[in-house]
Amino acid sequence: MHMADALLSPIVGGTMLAATTGIAAYSVKKMQNNLDEKKIPLMGVIGAFIFASQMINFAIPGTGSSGHIGGGMLLAILLGPYAGFLTMAAILLIQALFFGDGGLLAFGANVFNLGFYTCFIAYPIIYKWLTRKGVTSKRIFGGSMLSALVGLQLGSFSVVIETVLSGKTELPFSTFALLMQPIHLAIGIVEGLVTAAVVTFVRKTRPEILERGAIGQPLGNVPMKRVLGALVIAGLVVGGAMSWFASSHPDGLEWSMEKTAGTTELTTSGSVYTALDDFQSLTAFLPDYGFKETVDENPAVPAAESEEKRPGVNVGTSVSGIVGGGLTLAIVVILGVLIRLVKKKKRAVT
Amino acid sequence: MATIKNVLFNMGVLDDLAMKETSIHRIHPLIKLLTTVVYLTVVVSFGKNEISNLLPFFLYPVLIMVFAEIPVVPILNRMVLVTPFIIGIGILNPFFEVQTVVVFGTSISQGWFTFVSLLLKSALTVAVSLMLIATTGMNQLAAALRMLKVPKIFVLQLLLTYRYISVLIEELSRMVRAYSLRAPGQKGIHPRVWGSFVGQLLLRTYDRGSRVYESMNARGFSGEYHRGNISKLKGKDIAYFLSWSLLFMLARLYDLPLLIEALIFSMGGE
Repeated sequence: MHMADALLSPIVGGTMLAATTGIAAYSVKKMQNNLDEKKIPLMGVIGAFIFASQMINFAIPGTGSSGHIGGGMLLAILLGPYAGFLTMAAILLIQALFFGDGGLLAFGANVFNLGFYTCFIAYPIIYKWLTRKGVTSKRIFGGSMLSALVGLQLGSFSVVIETVLSGKTELPFSTFALLMQPIHLAIGIVEGLVTAAVVTFVRKTRPEILERGAIGQPLGNVPMKRVLGALVIAGLVVGGAMSWFASSHPDGLEWSMEKTAGTTELTTSGSVYTALDDFQSLTAFLPDYGFKETVDENPAVPAAESEEKRPGVNVGTSVSGIVGGGLTLAIVVILGVLIRLVKKKKRAVT
Repeated sequence: MATIKNVLFNMGVLDDLAMKETSIHRIHPLIKLLTTVVYLTVVVSFGKNEISNLLPFFLYPVLIMVFAEIPVVPILNRMVLVTPFIIGIGILNPFFEVQTVVVFGTSISQGWFTFVSLLLKSALTVAVSLMLIATTGMNQLAAALRMLKVPKIFVLQLLLTYRYISVLIEELSRMVRAYSLRAPGQKGIHPRVWGSFVGQLLLRTYDRGSRVYESMNARGFSGEYHRGNISKLKGKDIAYFLSWSLLFMLARLYDLPLLIEALIFSMGGE
């Protein structure tokens, strides 16, 4: 579920980074108030543990894709929401730096998707509520399962929204959502099982760790006003954009079905594309330059006007760019090889 | 298991690379971090159809690789490993995009352009993130984050998580070794004990991690690594940052490959 830099536009990436920074700063403040010295190594260890488990991909049958657990619920339950969120941020930063998994610009979006919904929504609202009458194995299981499912569904949904808003792919919103949500339902079940198993085990063998993690962060102490405030901000970022999107896109599914059926009614997709492209051109330093109508099989396109607005590949530019592009790459490679040779020679001399 | 050991190995490779002493390694960590951020922002700001525009941006990772003496293979390996997700999302572009473009007489979906553009962006951004850590190292990067006023508790958390990954994986390999000695001839770990195995791993690592942390405290650790060797920003560092940023901006504003091409054709025409 880690988003890559390449999928995000600077505006979406920057907004998510700002949101994450805000939540992290708040978490830091909360943590400094009641910092337990014992908790620091625990945070590191659980972080390393989640890091390792995110590296294990399990196949999802029938999709040809694979998933890994997010670990946000485990962090929230064992460490509390604030430390859990910060630990998630640390894990994702290490993954972005060392493995190129996720990215530095996508860092904010990833922390938000994996950490915010689990630590600040699913944990206080679902898990805490289900275990409010005391912690039993059954309640741990139910709470972990439900909150992991909800947390992942919210997270994967915001991946879809962020991707579509960034406009780097052609995936229609509904198709992407239909791909993402069921897959993350499957992942969520595995995540729920793992979370429940680990929490139950820790509770049986070392209840004091669990207590320490939970003490200081019961629901009463998570100030609902602040959580709601964060929710409002998140709503503005995600939901507001979403409703705008929904209103401008009549029915994406219909569109893709029509497309596969062979009818090319471009009008249905025109508005959302222009909307997305307007958004895109805001983010670009220069609006897409040069647009030539491309050769279409069907010359009688009624949607020519809305087509006009879509940034197309300038045929002349992209085709002729092959020569210049190839040359650019050649220059880069030759420069690299030359410098390496010179360096080697220098070393041989000295 | 193999993949997890691989993780440790990979991190070790990047750690070792960060220990080198080259002109790039000596540049101030904060400057390298900022340059990377500028680079990433500029690269992802390109529209979804841009291809030739992106090519000049290969200059930065290639030069860093050469000057910092970073081997190509481990970086390429990493880049290949993270591409499936990008391919999975981008491969549908050619089918969802209805516009077609004629290239060399055949008409292809414009989606192929957006797909290639996406792949290029992915390659560039991943490569540059890896270069950052391979030339800077975790401790220096943490110091750079502190200079950016990132709270101590987060930086500490980052460093400890990073260090404890190797503690965890060493603990894991110890447990796997012990298990395989107790269960000769058995392939892997029996599913029945997965739960307690993982739980034990967590507890053992926690105990070990606590001891590590206590002994760090006993030796005067106060939540921060004191790095005497990070110097103040020098003119050289600022010049490095400014010249790269200028280059990125130029490559963003002008399609350099097209200019090169125009230059060649105009010379040929005369």
